Amino acid sequence: MNPDNYLYLSAILFTLGALGVLIRRNAIVVFMCVELMLNATNLAFVTFSRMHGALDGQVIAFFTMVVAAAEVVVGLAIIITVFRTRRSASVDDANLLKY
Amino acid sequence: MSPGMVLMAAPVAATGHGETFLFWVGSIISVLGALGLIFSKKAVHSALCLCAVMICLALFYMAQGAIFLGVVQIVVYTGAIMMLFLFVLMLIGVDSAESLTETIRGQKWAAVVVAVLFGAVLIGVFAHARLGVFAGVDGANASAGGNVQSLAHLLFSRYFWAFEVSSAVLITSAIGAMVLAHRERTTPRKSQRELAADRFKRYGKDPSTIVTPMPSPGVYAQHNAVDTPALLPDGTPALLSVNATLRSHGEPRRIRPLPVPLPRADSGDSDANGGPDHHEEVEA
Repeated sequence: MNPDNYLYLSAILFTLGALGVLIRRNAIVVFMCVELMLNATNLAFVTFSRMHGALDGQVIAFFTMVVAAAEVVVGLAIIITVFRTRRSASVDDANLLKY
Repeated sequence: MSPGMVLMAAPVAATGHGETFLFWVGSIISVLGALGLIFSKKAVHSALCLCAVMICLALFYMAQGAIFLGVVQIVVYTGAIMMLFLFVLMLIGVDSAESLTETIRGQKWAAVVVAVLFGAVLIGVFAHARLGVFAGVDGANASAGGNVQSLAHLLFSRYFWAFEVSSAVLITSAIGAMVLAHRERTTPRKSQRELAADRFKRYGKDPSTIVTPMPSPGVYAQHNAVDTPALLPDGTPALLSVNATLRSHGEPRRIRPLPVPLPRADSGDSDANGGPDHHEEVEA
């Protein structure tokens, strides 16, 4: 097997994550799809690190994980706050800025 | 790693059979998991599918020589982040139904078309890129005596500034989460005495209000779970003894009545003979 296949897999997973962000309405599931996209890019980073024979890609993937952890913490807190005031976790219901 | 491994670190044109097998099995599982994440109705199922994808990716990282990242993927993503997701699902209701009305007409199909085109572009770019031969990461791993050591050398020299900034990001996000999730109490908490006074005020207006403590759930030979209702003297279940949250989930647990011993016709005889009698046994 050619190691390029890891890159194709990461492209497919990223696309599926983006599709999920576009079609789902539940804010938590949308958030999980964002996590899937981050994971797909991490796979690409690790594969490129292997391609170049240097560990910089792995360090970048590590930082991606750090930022993802911070993002999840803040994002879930926002979802809880929105749910507390509006009793809904749907991304369609939060539309006050529209008008 | 021994110095011999460094010399042997040759460019990787094709992976070994083991990694090939792992890739095909893992890629099928991860793509199916991603599809399940998108299309499953319940958010908990989506979370489990995402866990499967993440574990597959961790195996891929390890197969590609990123041992540390593979372990971190399992510990941080599958362990911490997914638990956080599940906790939030628990807080805001597992069965919060998803609205199926489209705010923008035809948005779903447009999204599918856009995603397919985007994926085609991405894969096309990878197919046409001159990727070259994979150098393999064994040499880089062995440069400081292992994957973790080599990563640490990079992290604390070339990427030291980014490392410091990431610590600031983590602290900021922790404080942000506390600020966002904090709720200011606008009214003082009611004491037990005030709650009792309120109950009796309500009882004065509506005599059906229950002022005594609720009955506790039933404890039987078959069940002692909290969703088992206590029995009233006539044998009907006392629904008030079950928590309101459990009651709203549907029918409370039914108990199968135990067989009641029937008095035997020749009870007088058996008593005289000292034979077995249920009533006697219960009293003894």
